[in-house]
Amino acid sequence: MSDTKTVTADGGEGDVERLSTAPEEVEAPVGIGVFGWARWTWRQLTSMRVALILLFLLSLAAIPGSLIPQNSQNAFKVQTWKAAHQGITPLYEKLQLFDVYSSVWFSAIYILLFVSLAGCIVPRTWQFVGVLRAQPPAAPRVLTRMPVYAAWRTDADPEAVNAAAHRLLRGRRFRANLAGGAVAAEKGYLREVGNLLFHFSLFALLAGFAWASLWSGQGGKLMIEGQGFANTTTQYDDFTGSAFYSVDDLDAFGFKLDGFTARYQTSGEQIGSARQFTAHIRYWTGTDAEKLTKGDIEVNHPLEIGSSKVFLIGHGYAPVVTVRNAKGEVVYKGPTPFLPQDSNLTSTGVIKVSDYGKKDGKDVDLGFNGYFLPTAPVNFEKTGPISLFPDAAEPMLVLTAFAGDLGTDSGLPQNVYQLDTSHMTQLKQDGDIARVRLKPGQGWELPDGYGTVTFDGYKQWASFNVSHRPGNAVALTGAVCAILGLIGSLFVQRRRIWVRATASPDGTTLVELAGLARSESARTAEELAEFAVDLQGDAPALDEPDPDTSTDGPEPAAVPAPATPADPDSKE
Amino acid sequence: MNLASVDPHLADLSNKLIYSAMAVYTLAMFAHLFEWTFGSKGAIAVRSAEQSGGLAATLAAAGESKAARKVTVTVAAADGGTTTLTRTALADAGATVVTSGRGDGSGVDGPGAAGTSERGDLAGRIAVSLTVLGVLLHAGGVLTRGLSVMRWPWGNMYEFSCAFGLTMMLAYLGLLVAGKKVRWLGLPVVLAVLLTLGVAVSVLYTDSEQLVPALHSYWLGIHVSTAIICGGALYAAFVATVLYLGKDSYERRVEAGLPGGPLRIPVSVWERLPAASTLDKLSYRINALVFPLWTFTIIAGAIWAEAAWGKYWEWDPKETWSFITWVAYAAYLHARATAGWRGRKAAYLALLAFACWLFNYYGVNIFVTGKHSYAGV
Repeated sequence: MSDTKTVTADGGEGDVERLSTAPEEVEAPVGIGVFGWARWTWRQLTSMRVALILLFLLSLAAIPGSLIPQNSQNAFKVQTWKAAHQGITPLYEKLQLFDVYSSVWFSAIYILLFVSLAGCIVPRTWQFVGVLRAQPPAAPRVLTRMPVYAAWRTDADPEAVNAAAHRLLRGRRFRANLAGGAVAAEKGYLREVGNLLFHFSLFALLAGFAWASLWSGQGGKLMIEGQGFANTTTQYDDFTGSAFYSVDDLDAFGFKLDGFTARYQTSGEQIGSARQFTAHIRYWTGTDAEKLTKGDIEVNHPLEIGSSKVFLIGHGYAPVVTVRNAKGEVVYKGPTPFLPQDSNLTSTGVIKVSDYGKKDGKDVDLGFNGYFLPTAPVNFEKTGPISLFPDAAEPMLVLTAFAGDLGTDSGLPQNVYQLDTSHMTQLKQDGDIARVRLKPGQGWELPDGYGTVTFDGYKQWASFNVSHRPGNAVALTGAVCAILGLIGSLFVQRRRIWVRATASPDGTTLVELAGLARSESARTAEELAEFAVDLQGDAPALDEPDPDTSTDGPEPAAVPAPATPADPDSKE
Repeated sequence: MNLASVDPHLADLSNKLIYSAMAVYTLAMFAHLFEWTFGSKGAIAVRSAEQSGGLAATLAAAGESKAARKVTVTVAAADGGTTTLTRTALADAGATVVTSGRGDGSGVDGPGAAGTSERGDLAGRIAVSLTVLGVLLHAGGVLTRGLSVMRWPWGNMYEFSCAFGLTMMLAYLGLLVAGKKVRWLGLPVVLAVLLTLGVAVSVLYTDSEQLVPALHSYWLGIHVSTAIICGGALYAAFVATVLYLGKDSYERRVEAGLPGGPLRIPVSVWERLPAASTLDKLSYRINALVFPLWTFTIIAGAIWAEAAWGKYWEWDPKETWSFITWVAYAAYLHARATAGWRGRKAAYLALLAFACWLFNYYGVNIFVTGKHSYAGV
């Protein structure tokens, strides 16, 4: 995971040839027992090559989750998908393809990656501490072997030149050390700092994720205008806690939905697109349920109460219906939330009348299946029951009725949005299925003397997600540090400069300079040139008969097979 | 909240400006084609002449100044051969002039698309002028689109594509203004922007309107802007990577003594391109520059997701593919630091990473449904 792989403990002299960062071919050990194998496995795992393969696998493994519906995002879609692909579903389930991001194999990849990362980054940190405590590596004996080299002759005293070089390099904010008749200097340590910071931040991010998944909880609640909610489990439609967050940890608060504003585009190509959703609420906290504060919840503006946040997730319509029995007694009255099926809020729902009482001496329940269309077309012949616009411009309720046993007395939990018609019969009129279209205020006399239904109007509902998710600060800190680390590790260039001034037999002084880039795109040649020009202020060059003879150093032919100039992984 | 206010005149003007920009870019493309055609002769001669001439001129200028200090730095070449090149720094009244030969690679940069041809150079200059005009029209189109609805002009794929084409062109012109010799990038960049705008106006177009509530956030200005900048820059890096692979093949052919260029493209085209090592370095620099910004884009998106949906990471398809793209670019950066992966292999990784980016944009928006369904197509 590190961008360079350590080969030797410290970049001393003599390992210039060893610029490769490739993990040394670790041959499978023969006959060295369990410990040897463990050591070999560990070396493999922490090698850059394996880290690269793991990175590949991680991105590859993330792909199926983006193409197959996931339980964590939309369990309903998963059910639909399973129903449509029954043949392959068992195999997919075995492979955990509906829970990719919590699957064994996905977890295995990232855990291995983090182990590999730790195995690389921890030793590197110690090593870097060692580098910081030591002086920059001493000048190589043969400076001409360095990728960037310059030399000239001067009258100045060697010691004075070395001292001047030391001073100038320090002035350029190099870490410089004058010893043994030469100056060794290095700069750009922030690159490694950034590199280490970035990789450690990934652990912080992981910790944030773990914290969030172990200590978080969330619940959903659908509320019709005028209804209230207190933050206890019994009031939730659904609640999922986690290992360390249960129903006892819920924050004490509640709120009341006073109204809901939805606005839509009324013209043009994008007619019907939502433009505004606002839930108008009043909320209370602590124990005092009387002290209410007004507030709005919008899509990007959750309400924060204590350590919980209330998000606006969805909205829809709830037709208000009154059902009377044959005697004219009200057996059902109220709004019933219908669920939107499309972007124009064609909504479907059921009304269950379980308190109908007796008819002809027998206990009877009534059930209604229906559509609510906020803007109904003039007739359904071409379109079927489909809404034309999401706002309630021409609201209409379409109902069919069932009589029999709803099954609500059986004690088994039921889906409130579905009618179990296995013990019910659909009411008919003149041999056809009885069906009615109601505008607000209109009524329907049920066939077979079951009584009447009136469509009184409609209310809007809004659904909320109450979520408690700690660890965000940790994850965010990790993320910010990761970016800072990246900037350091990609934009800071680490490089070394050596200067050696030696007295020549002819009485002059030979000044030699060499540079080594330890990262890509370092401009060592330019930097060395500029520094050399500075140094000539203290060590003026003697006139040479031909500048070209001095360019290549004392022995031009001796320039050996040079090292790559900008090598990111020259020994470290 | 400013609702229902769309200025139809500005929206219409924006469309006209975008179409005009496309027309002008097309002219610029033809001018670049002329540049490449005219410059197909005598490319080699100029290379040596230009470099030795430049050096001589600087040395002559230095001779006049008595205060000049001169240092020649020997730079070893990567292939370990005999090509040691020199750099001379001249100090005059505190200023340091560095005349650089090519010292950090085996190859030598070509002279550019125009070669030695004066007509080619003229065509190239005309192309750049047309490109500037195109960019002005393009910028006007993006600006009026935003003004017509008084919001950031990147609320759907059409607007995003226009903006991201613009950042790519601005990056290219920025490099030219900074004095970099990148006119050879002109043709591929103009082709890329024409392709992007063509897809935008034909497939992705949608009228200028207000936004869905999910996009009512100041994060639109942060998260999406940085995504656009990343897109433009990654596109440029992609172009450089492709050219690197071509030029590298060409250099290998030359080394092996094979005639002709790779992909049946004439030798003179390859000769005029910068050296493979230069192209490689350019694509690396852009990718390395963009990587922290892309990281920031993902993190800004996560913060926005936390505010909008309650969780900062939910493995939404767009999130997933951003992550895949990020990992792919991370693998590329790591590969460059690993022996045996440098060069062509790393370049293939960069292409793969860019393919992920493209899929994340076009593929996920059009074929995959998720929470980022704002494409408007």
